Amino acid sequence: MNKHSDLKAARIVGGVHSDQRHDSAHKHVAGTAVYIDDMPEPAGTLHAGLGLSTVAHGILKSVDLSSVRAAPGVVDVLTYEDVPGENDISPSGMHDDPVLAEGKVQFHGQPIFCVIAETREQARRAARLAKIEYEELDPIVHIWGLDPEKDKQVTTPLTLKRGDAAAAIAASPRRVKGSMKLGGQDHFYLEGQVALAVPGEDDEILVYSSTQGPSETQHMVAHALGVPSHAVTIEVRRMGGGFGGKETQANQCAAIAAIAAKKFKRAVKIRLDRDEDMTATGKRHDFVIDYEVGFDEEGHILGVDYMFALNAGFSADLSGPVGDRALFHCDNAYFYPAVHAKSAPLYTNTVSNTAFRGFGGPQGMVGCERVIEEVAFAVGKDPLEIRKLNFYDAMGVAGERNVTPYHQKVEDCIIQRIVAELEESADYAGRRRAIAEFNAKNRFIKRGIALTPVKFGISFTKTESNQAGALVHVYSDGSVHMNHGGTEMGQGLHLKVAQVVAEEFQIDLDRVKITATTTAKVPNTSPTAASSGADLNGMAAQNAARQIRKRLTDFAADRYQIPADQVVFLPNRVRVGNQEISFNDLVKQAYIARVQLSAAGHYKTPKIHWDRAKGRGHAFYYYAYGAACSEVSVDTLTGEYVVERTDILHDVGRSLNRAIDIGQVEGGFVQGMGWLTTEELVWDEKGRLRTHAPSTYKIPLASDRPKVFNVALTDWSEAYEPTIHRSKAVGEPPLPLGISVLQALSDAVASVADHKVCPRLDAPATPERVLMAIERLRAETADK
Amino acid sequence: MANRLSRIRLSRRNFMVGSATAAVAMPLVGARAGSQPERPSETIRYTAPVKLTINHQPYELNLDLRTTLLDAIRDHTGLTGTKKGCDHGQCGACTVLINGTRVLSCLTFAVMADGREVTTIEGLAREDSSLHPMQQAFIDCDAFQCGYCTPGQIMSAVGCVHEGHAASEGEIREYMSGNLCRCAAYPNVVAAILQARDETRKA
Repeated sequence: MNKHSDLKAARIVGGVHSDQRHDSAHKHVAGTAVYIDDMPEPAGTLHAGLGLSTVAHGILKSVDLSSVRAAPGVVDVLTYEDVPGENDISPSGMHDDPVLAEGKVQFHGQPIFCVIAETREQARRAARLAKIEYEELDPIVHIWGLDPEKDKQVTTPLTLKRGDAAAAIAASPRRVKGSMKLGGQDHFYLEGQVALAVPGEDDEILVYSSTQGPSETQHMVAHALGVPSHAVTIEVRRMGGGFGGKETQANQCAAIAAIAAKKFKRAVKIRLDRDEDMTATGKRHDFVIDYEVGFDEEGHILGVDYMFALNAGFSADLSGPVGDRALFHCDNAYFYPAVHAKSAPLYTNTVSNTAFRGFGGPQGMVGCERVIEEVAFAVGKDPLEIRKLNFYDAMGVAGERNVTPYHQKVEDCIIQRIVAELEESADYAGRRRAIAEFNAKNRFIKRGIALTPVKFGISFTKTESNQAGALVHVYSDGSVHMNHGGTEMGQGLHLKVAQVVAEEFQIDLDRVKITATTTAKVPNTSPTAASSGADLNGMAAQNAARQIRKRLTDFAADRYQIPADQVVFLPNRVRVGNQEISFNDLVKQAYIARVQLSAAGHYKTPKIHWDRAKGRGHAFYYYAYGAACSEVSVDTLTGEYVVERTDILHDVGRSLNRAIDIGQVEGGFVQGMGWLTTEELVWDEKGRLRTHAPSTYKIPLASDRPKVFNVALTDWSEAYEPTIHRSKAVGEPPLPLGISVLQALSDAVASVADHKVCPRLDAPATPERVLMAIERLRAETADK
Repeated sequence: MANRLSRIRLSRRNFMVGSATAAVAMPLVGARAGSQPERPSETIRYTAPVKLTINHQPYELNLDLRTTLLDAIRDHTGLTGTKKGCDHGQCGACTVLINGTRVLSCLTFAVMADGREVTTIEGLAREDSSLHPMQQAFIDCDAFQCGYCTPGQIMSAVGCVHEGHAASEGEIREYMSGNLCRCAAYPNVVAAILQARDETRKA
């Protein structure tokens, strides 16, 4: 039975720019939201368990799986020889990412074989019984010590160049040169990698995959099976977190499950154990950033040179574009009169690093903010002053300080206003003075504060990814079925897109059904990544809804013999000339008149182009802005610290849903803070990851968030470009707000040397690293 | 089965040293509550009948002694609301209540819950199937994003209130720090617990 919609309402329930609860809220709290591991398994489902390499680099001399095969419950064991198509899932087409290792292993934890057994437990136990002989080779474990110009790279690096940076630096009154190490980050999505493959007729297969990129997973599975894409359907209703970790990293599980399912003609499920997941799947890239900056006595940057060396791991995966995005953000919100920046995606014998919320952008910004800090200490000013001196020109200012290192003009800069408002609301100046007084009075506990800006470029730099599709059906009862290419990982994408569809038809949100993402409904989609989900899919769904609305309008105009402009969609009803009829009734009439009530929508982002070889283009459709002010207190005897307070002001344009967006901003900040403070990945000299579970890898807890946490969205901004209802992307831009915590820690550390020496605090700034920085500063100033 | 069981000394140590080659007797998928037909196989060792009461519903299961309460709940009773996040007792996603006290079901053997009352997220709603105040508060406060940690957060939150550790925001943050949320919906989780605290005490 249909619930009756309000036919007199002044506004629909759940349109755009309204705060709606997550569409799955009632299921999340009741435990009825279904993730892949919760799905009822088809009768006879088999389970997979991976056999992982126990060395980081070596030739496979012999692989004896006889004991594995003989173990209880084991149906078979798959090796690379069982891959019917290409043994490759490289997303960049580099043929360097085997599904299962062939002849050699290149990192500790690389999947070599896969046990298929009656139960998951049996598969996992049997996997331990393999006898594998390796001819061990020396592994490259870390990128420090590598030469970014000469050592092996996994893909072509990028250079950005504007002006003559070397000459500008040489001619500058002041110069500083330095280097920083920046750690990686495990995604630690609470739901690990999982896939359930169900074989179909002929070459068909359906794979339920916890993937952010169903189309790419489809292509990889088809590639591995050696079948056309049309034989493979990928479906995902929701993920228990993604954060970039399921953009390409879901492909391996999906491919393995699909290969086994086709081979044994039974459904096959694979779900990685937490330790396996952390060991065998890629993470955020760790970087070594070398920089040299020239500036004047005031602190104006005159020229800057960067080398961003990133740890790609053993294969290219997405390391090329991640390095690119680091360069795209090496300016953060600042104008460089002359700049030279280069990436070096270096080969190591570690797991292949991948997308992670921000996709290299945050790493570029951390390097940039280090440079700002260096300049500030050199000229003896508050880093915030240096920041404000070097901002891009504000929107509307007819200046020349508005060109990025990739030659795109920044047309929408609102960072000045955001920073000014936050400075005031957070009382930066007053607290800066109070902190100085506090530090003068306290011998062991020192406080620090920092206010850092964010400017984040929105668009995929791979131009073809900037498109989306949607499929909208209106059923004859007036209820709507909505599908699009984006995936739900908690970010509320489906809800936002449903709000867009509800708005177009002017019907209440509960009349729009959200459905699982599937390659069978919307093809050739981009991964839900680069913060683009709502921008792209919202537009595509709007396009589909508008097609149907146009048909309904034309039908009504014809049926009631009035001009089309007298057909007006009002909340849950349509005014047709002088009379109002319910949306449902109009739809019913249209159906009877044989009007098509289904449409496929499409969208492609205008304006953008990018020439990588030249390092020039309009790489981003627009920018999202924000700023955070964090205060910390540090125990200088132990290095332990507490985040006392964080204030955030963030720009999401005209928010589609503020409740969702505030959650994204808070969560992004905390995740960025975790990356730069407590989350430390440790590889030993043999290339073994020693932090492969939450017991040793520390993501932020409820008790770690700032004690006082004020988060606000700019209520005055709107997207400069005609984005979906003038909203802005929100997934990634808040993550680098966490840099404020790193810089506040640095500020507290600097207080032990009276702010005379730049602390050069590397990240993650664990208590150990903070303590070492304190000791180093004390030693340095004691010498003088 | 009872005779066989009586020959093994029931202790945590015995469970732990159970031969690594002993395979588990997980029933085929789709199997639900009720006694499993014993399979005539040498691979079945150290199984025992376990009587669990989950959400007031009695279950008689035939389980490998090493089966965790989490696996028993998810794989043998079909209640999939309780999640497996790390299987190490570090993330809190598997939190359930045993006789009203929160426990990590991945670190609890199912047999340890024999004869005791287990409450999972599915059992939290009231008899008229209206939501528990804590569930409603999580909705009201948007206290989740991806939702995967949510059942564990809610069970832990109920436990936290009943333990008397929800006096202040700071105390809630500390006593909820065993439940990881990678989306970092922490501010809203704390807000939800504050909202539902008084009603939960009465519940």
